[in-house]
Parts: sequence; structure tokens; C-alpha cells
Amino acid sequence: MLRALLALTLVAALAGCSAGSTAYSSPSADSITIGFSAAPANLDFTRTDGAAIPQALLDNVYQGLVRLDANGAIVPQLATSWTVSPDRRTYDFQLRPGVTFTDGEPFTADTVKFSVDRVRTAWTISLKSQMDVVDHVEAVDPLHARVVLKQPSNGWLFSMASRLGAMFAPNGVGNLATTPIGTGPYRLDRFNRGDSLVLKANPGYWGPKPAYGRVVLKYFQDPTALNNALLSNGIDVISSVQAPDSLAQFASDERFTTIQGTTTGEVVLSFNNAKAPLNDKRVRQALTYGIDRKALLDTAWAGKGLLIGSMVPPSDPWYEDLAGVHPYDPAKARQLLSDAGQQHLTLRLRIPNLPYAVDSAQVIRSQLAAIGVTVSIEELDFPAVWLKQVFTGHDFDMSIVAHVEARDIVTFGNPKYYWGYTNPTVTQLLAAADTGTPEQQIADMKQVARTINADAAADWLFLLPNLIVAKKGITGLPPNQVGEAFDLSALGRS
Amino acid sequence: MMVILRRAGIFLLTLAIASIVVFAFMAVLPGDPAQVALGVNATPELLAQTRHAFGIDRPLPVQYLDWIGGLFTGDFGRSYVTGDAIGPQLLDRFEVTLWLVGAATVVAVVVAVPLGTLAAAKHRTASGTVVSGLSQLGAAVPAFLAGIVLVEIFAVSLRILPSGGWTPPDADPVAFLKGLVLPALSLGLVQAAVLTRYVRSAVLDVLGEDYLRTARAKGLRPTRALIRHGLRNAAVPVVTVLGLQLATLLIGAVVVERVFVIPGLGSMLLDAVGGRDLIVVQDVVMVLVAAVLVVNLLVDVLYTVVDPRLRRAR
Repeated sequence: MLRALLALTLVAALAGCSAGSTAYSSPSADSITIGFSAAPANLDFTRTDGAAIPQALLDNVYQGLVRLDANGAIVPQLATSWTVSPDRRTYDFQLRPGVTFTDGEPFTADTVKFSVDRVRTAWTISLKSQMDVVDHVEAVDPLHARVVLKQPSNGWLFSMASRLGAMFAPNGVGNLATTPIGTGPYRLDRFNRGDSLVLKANPGYWGPKPAYGRVVLKYFQDPTALNNALLSNGIDVISSVQAPDSLAQFASDERFTTIQGTTTGEVVLSFNNAKAPLNDKRVRQALTYGIDRKALLDTAWAGKGLLIGSMVPPSDPWYEDLAGVHPYDPAKARQLLSDAGQQHLTLRLRIPNLPYAVDSAQVIRSQLAAIGVTVSIEELDFPAVWLKQVFTGHDFDMSIVAHVEARDIVTFGNPKYYWGYTNPTVTQLLAAADTGTPEQQIADMKQVARTINADAAADWLFLLPNLIVAKKGITGLPPNQVGEAFDLSALGRS
Repeated sequence: MMVILRRAGIFLLTLAIASIVVFAFMAVLPGDPAQVALGVNATPELLAQTRHAFGIDRPLPVQYLDWIGGLFTGDFGRSYVTGDAIGPQLLDRFEVTLWLVGAATVVAVVVAVPLGTLAAAKHRTASGTVVSGLSQLGAAVPAFLAGIVLVEIFAVSLRILPSGGWTPPDADPVAFLKGLVLPALSLGLVQAAVLTRYVRSAVLDVLGEDYLRTARAKGLRPTRALIRHGLRNAAVPVVTVLGLQLATLLIGAVVVERVFVIPGLGSMLLDAVGGRDLIVVQDVVMVLVAAVLVVNLLVDVLYTVVDPRLRRAR
């Protein structure tokens, strides 16, 4: 009898396993599953901040007049073309005809007015202030929308390529948190909060039919769980590898291929420019000369990534390679410290408790020790404690954070920003760049990037790479992460 | 009647104390929920506005009473991060965790009762010693480690079960069951190891009882005597331990949900702590505390079902 019971137990315990003896997820021809790390809390990016919602919905479900292409250029989407008035305040958009929302409403110039006005009236996220420059919107005729700005702003058109420019159906905004309605190639099929988002091809889409009829975006808080999901055939793509050390296990497996691109995430060793001793340019320069960024990149991020030298990623039109301006030169660093009378310097490096920051901090501590600088590292709970003490409280000498937002170089024009950098020339150049012609913008922004580099306003350690791992045969994955969207429309199979 | 009143009183008092402790912990946690919600683009004006909207600019006792008052009327408040009502989400997440804990309990009982009985019945033989030793080893393994090992074997190497994720039972029952196997095993097997030891000692106790000897004397075979007369008597201490273990399982689920990416109460709790969504943290902890208390209550009731003698004793 006991023996029978025991046998029964074993059978019961093994039943689940044997039931799954066929591979549990094989990517079918019409469906693809992509793994992401941060899950959207809901589907309303007008009221809930965070990168996860626009990453999933922008360009896929929602579309704007313009979008960013894979190289970071502003290209037409729902506008077919646009003109800018000589005073650079009036933008005239010609709209794509025959576009409808998934609830059947037509997309017209009235929709443009509704959507742009709505940012100021209904949105709550802090980004909405980027639309404050809009004076008014006119529907000239159904396929011609005119936006008049209070003053010229190049940054405004760039913002229109972000979530801020998304077009909403006037009758479709009742329940954005669960029911997004857009004009894009995909529509929402099902949202399993905290687990996955299922998109289905939009049958009424104005553009080419997407190659996959169904896309599942699956979310994994834990990087190991994300890796395991791909290794066990649970997903087909890792959208962005969080720990480069894990690339080796994919490289040795012939099922997979790795794609490396760029992001807009500058990992910055920030200096508190407003406070002694780092208000002294010689000290900041000394630290910059005293850090071997190539060695740091090899240690902290497996050598993947790009040395940039300033706050500009290659996807911005004013990118220049400034990585060599302050080469690794410990002798020069010592000389500068001695000129500044700071041969026995102790600095507090207060960092978020995130892997890239912790690894980079260790390297920096040992490298700076070689030039006579003692670094004490403090790890702070991210985001809550870091935001409160370092970002808002300015209680730090140095910190390390990845600044991932596009075109965040403008923060160097704001003396109140946590790095406390005050340079009226930079502030003026940034303002002139925003109001000038595109050519002027590029020239001015180059000037800004060179100035903050020469001032050693911070030390730009490296640019985070975009590392995608996918099953072989999947094509059209967006190699660079330069905007907010993860564009699914070009996906295909070979 | 008095007994029920007293029990209800203790239940409410415990909840009240727990609520104060939870609230106090949240109040001293460093970090500003408004700042975390707004991120790096926040202006001082927007911060002040948001603090006001969250109600965290009010004195702490007012915030506490407001929260507790809401709980009494079934209003769990709104998330700081998303602005969504917490109640419905809590219900969804609790259902997920219940599936997990339920399946783990089934695993624990189905494994532990026969193994523990076997270990007791054969406690002087090799097989009894092996079971006994294995259970000691198993009890020392944390559930998340069991999870990692199971994933490595069944998902990454053999590729026969998913490494994580959650499919609601109504969406796809087969995928639901497959997804439940590994998390339920990692949580359940560890508990089974603990429970096996209690089953073993409980069965050993009854094996020495007079009534079992009487049953044997009547001519019942040892196995039959044990099953008919012994197991029910051994059940009382085992049910107690099972009740205590359910509390452990709920807590263990928090970690296992993370390993297997399951959107239950545990992941909700961890996300909320990271995002300083304090009101969500408070709500989830209160639900967990209430669940543990309810389980304890049920165990007391279950005693009287298993052992009719206890009915008269009260």
C-alpha cells in the first residue's frame, strides 16, 4: 500500500513535466515574442511617466506627424511634408490622406489641433512643458494643419517626434490607461499587467502590412530571467541586454545572433561644479586626465559601448568625436592638482546602486588613487534616495548616472541642475541653437559640446551600447535606441 | 459565542498594530514619492503640486487615519505612480499569488505525507533514513535557489518548461499549467521537506499508541492499521505546521515570483518599494498580514474537523 502511495506521488510530481515534453514555445510564422526589462504600469503615457509605455506604443500603436528614424533623423509619418516660415515660428504640415484610427475616426487637421492642444490641457507628466512654446494650432483644411509657436524652436519639432507628438482620436481618449486607440500598424490585443502586452496587426493600417500579425512584448524585471527566457525558447528577442557579461552565453550558441548599436545613454561621472573643490576647473581637468576610460569601459561594460568625450551621441547631427581631448595622462593630472594646491584630495562618490555605476566606481577609485585622490564610494538606493540626496539635495562631490534622455546636453545650460554648471556662454548658445536655422543649430551645439568638454564640466565615461540578441532569421530589428519607440513595423524574417 | 468574539477582537487588534507598524516604516523610508514619480524633469512647483495631489503634505496622523478609514470602506486608495485605483489590481495580483501558494501547498502535501509516513514506518531501515536525510537537506534550501536550479535544468537545458512568465488560466489553460509547474515545485518542494519531518514524527508518535496496538491485535496489517487509525490522529500536529507554513509560503512567494517573473502580490510589493509607491506597499503588506491571520483562524477551525474531541473542549 505504501509503495503504491509513493508511486502515485512520483507520478503526480512528474505529470507536469511530462505534459510539457514538446518545446513549449516555438515562434510560429505569424507571431514573435520580444523580451523587455521594464514593464509599463499602465498604457497612458500622457499621465504616467517612464520609458516603458512609449517604448511599446509609440510608432506601433500611436503615430505622430513626424518620427525619428533609426539614425535619429526627423522623418515624415502622418505628415507627408512640412514647411517652416522665414521667421521660424509657423509650421505648415501637409497630412497623409486616408488615415483612420482603429475606432474608425478619420485623421484630419482637426485631430492635430485636438492632440497638440490636449498636451497642455490633459497631460500631467513633467515632459509636457516642452509643448509650452506652442501658441496655437489651426486646421487650415482637412489635410493642412498649421502650428504657430510663441518663439522659434528647433527643439519643438524634435519633441513632436516623441510621445508628445502622438495623435489621439478625439472620441478615443476615454480610457487611455487600458484602451489605446491610434493609427499605427498595430493595435492592442491584450495587456496583462506586469507580464506582457499583446499587439495584433491593424487591418485598416494605411501603410505596408507588418510581417508579423501578432507581437508579444514580454516583461522581465530580472536580467537573469530575461536571459533564461531566450535560452529556453520562451522569447525570440532580447530587446536590450542589461548585463554585457551575459553576451558570451549567447555568442557560443548558434541559435542566436547579436546586434550592437548605439543609444542616447551617456554614462556620466558628474562633478559638483558649484562646490569646492570641484568648482576649480583644474581639479576637474585633473580627474578627467586621471581616468583611463578605455580600461574602465572594458571592466564595467565588457568593452562594448563608445567613448564620446561630451554629452552628444553619434545620432545627433552635431556629434563630433571629442573622446581624445583629455587623454589618460596621470602625470599631467598630478601637475594640475598640485597647481590647484590639492595634492591630498578626498572626494565623495555617491552613486546609485546599479551595476554599471558600482563597477565604474571601483575602477575610478583605484585609478584616482594613482594620482593621489582618495575616493569614498557610497551606494544609494535608486531612484528614491539618489534623486533626493544627489539630484535634488546636491549633496555629493561626484556621482555616476546614465543620462538616457535624448538631447540632454541642454541641462548644462541650467545652473540649477544637479551638476551646478554655470556658464552664460553655454546658456546663450543653447538658446540661439533652439531659435536659429538648422545649420546655425548644428554650429552652436558643436560649440556647446566643445565648451563643456574643455571645462571638464563632467567626465563622459562612455555611451551605453544597444545590445540586442535575437534568434537567427529575424530581421528588421531597430539597431539603435535613439528615440522613445521600439519600432516593430520593419520586423521581418529571412 | 464568547470565543468567536474574542477571536475577532484579537484579529482586529493584530491588524491595527500591523497597520501602524507598516505605516511607520513607510514614513521613515528615505526618498520622496513625488520626486520618484516625476523623475528628473520635476520642477519645485510641480513637486509641491504632486505632493499635494498625493496627500503627503498632510500631517502623518491624518494620512494614517485617511488610509485606514479607506481600508474599512474597501477603498485601497490610488497608486502614486499610475494614479490607478489599487483595489482591483490587488485582487488580480492576489489571485495569481493564491494559485501559486495553492499549487505549492498541494505539492508539499502530496510529497510530504507519503514520504513522512514511509520514513516513520521504516524508521529503522535504509529507506527511512534516506528520506529523513533528504528532508533535512531540502529544508535547508531556500526556495529561490531551488527555483534557479529548476529553471537551469527544465527550462534552459531541457527546454520542456517555461523559465518564467504567467498566463492567466482563462487565456490558455495549458500554458497556465506549464507556467505553474516550476514555481510551484520550487516553493512546494522546500516546504515538503520541512513538512516531511513533521509528518514523520507525528506518525512515529501514533505508531507507539495503544489504539494502534489494539488495531494490530484485531488482525489488521500494519499498513492498514496505520492508514485507518493512525493518519487521522497524526493529522492534528501536521495541520498546525501546515498552517504556519502557509505564512512562510506567502512570504516565499514574494521571492519566487521575482525569479519566475510572475505578476503576483510579491512582484507588486517589490515594484512598489522601488518606486516609493508607499500606499501600494502598505496595502499589499496589509493584505498579506490579513491572509496569514485568516489562515491561522482556518487552522483552528480545521482542528475541530479533524479531531472531534476538540469540539467539546471549547
